[in-house]
Amino acid sequence: MKTSTMTLIKFYHLLFLGCGAIAMVANVSAQQRPDSQFQKMMNSSFRTEGIANIDRIDQDPTQKFCSDPQFASSKAGAARALEIQKQNMASIKPPSDGKYIGDWKSGEAIAQSGRGATWTDTASTPIGGGCYNCHEIDKKEISYGNIGPSLWNYGKTRGNSQELIVYTWNRINNSKAYNACSNMPRFAHFKLLNEKQIQDLMALLLDPASPVNQ
Amino acid sequence: MAPISVVLKRSLVLSLLLMGAQSIHAQSAADEIAKYREMIADGNPSELYEMSGEELWKKPAGPKNASLEKCDLGLGPGIVDGAAAVLPKYFKDTNRVQDLESRLMTCMEKLQGVPSESIIDAKFGVGPKKDMDAIVAYVVTHSKGKKINVSTTHPKEKQMYEMGKRAFFYEGGPFDFSCASCHGSSGKRIRLQDLPNLTTHDGAVAGWGYWPAYRVSSGQFWTMQQRLNDCFRQQRFPYPIYGSDVTIALSMYMAKNANGGIIQTPGLKR
Repeated sequence: MKTSTMTLIKFYHLLFLGCGAIAMVANVSAQQRPDSQFQKMMNSSFRTEGIANIDRIDQDPTQKFCSDPQFASSKAGAARALEIQKQNMASIKPPSDGKYIGDWKSGEAIAQSGRGATWTDTASTPIGGGCYNCHEIDKKEISYGNIGPSLWNYGKTRGNSQELIVYTWNRINNSKAYNACSNMPRFAHFKLLNEKQIQDLMALLLDPASPVNQ
Repeated sequence: MAPISVVLKRSLVLSLLLMGAQSIHAQSAADEIAKYREMIADGNPSELYEMSGEELWKKPAGPKNASLEKCDLGLGPGIVDGAAAVLPKYFKDTNRVQDLESRLMTCMEKLQGVPSESIIDAKFGVGPKKDMDAIVAYVVTHSKGKKINVSTTHPKEKQMYEMGKRAFFYEGGPFDFSCASCHGSSGKRIRLQDLPNLTTHDGAVAGWGYWPAYRVSSGQFWTMQQRLNDCFRQQRFPYPIYGSDVTIALSMYMAKNANGGIIQTPGLKR
């Protein structure tokens, strides 16, 4: 009796796994079918130059998913987006010294710089946050982009609850934890910015003394 | 040539400074650049490139000491008028879809005996690439005012378009950027720079229809190959090989989306 129940459970378990596998195959085919011709084109069209290694065209699961906007906006895509967000959320570490807020003045400099990580840079070129490329931040800077939302008065309008502080920390560390295909780079995940730099950007947005909150 | 570009740059910087004094915002900067463009429309420095390009087209050169006058850019040997309007296009002799630069390399190799590698691997803006820039300026000037008219009827053209579309949305590198990150929706800017939405007809015309162009900020004439190269640099991608299929596929994607639009090359850009 016990054995047969176990067998039955195993059977259902296998059945379940089987369905999962089928669903996964369906996902892959609905998403980007592996296209050897396309991959061949990509592999033969780029080369390493300086620090921009050819392996930069190898995609991680997030990049692969977001390269197919048609699938990403489908129902199956919405489910997959949640998994992607979970994976990215899991990679975020809280500040090792427990400090979330650094120095807004350094934060402003980091937000201004769009340098680093190109083949005309070196490994020692400091990477900027490039924040003004896409966001309005301090209103005094009139040269700002609009791909991301305005961050003017960020702390002033949103307050400084622990919840908001952690959310903002997470968002700068890895924006894909909240929006799988956010246009914002994953600054901690790819080690573009270090912990101190992110603390300084936090201050720019949240410190009541920051010009952003005047 | 240098003095002209210096003067142009100075006058743009000056007008930008003047605007700064009047508390500018993004829109007025774009307007100002448009005004500036109008102001020197009759004196686009690309003309200097075009003139030297015409000379290079007609002058015998290379190991075979031949000119490019028999080069078939798609409308038949030697036909330059309107040729850039139908590129990229499938060519039977190479069995490839080619853009202007890759086609010119084919002509240089076949007619003049110049190995393509010597051009592909050369630096931008100097030596063989500088000559290429000039010849490109010459050819595209002869399509100014024409309608963009690329074909996707040949299976290889159709496939190139599809691969270009896919490459356009292909994310990679440490910033997770694709072309679409900046050029996939309308009304967007990086800093003050307007970004055409290349997935739409109007946006594609604004992009494809205005390059190659003279860039005031760098004082250089840039071909579409160089424009794409610098996009990939800022995208934090590895280096796109000059004339490689991904560059031609993306060109095909933009050109096809822009079909019917009027060519304004050589453009004038910030």
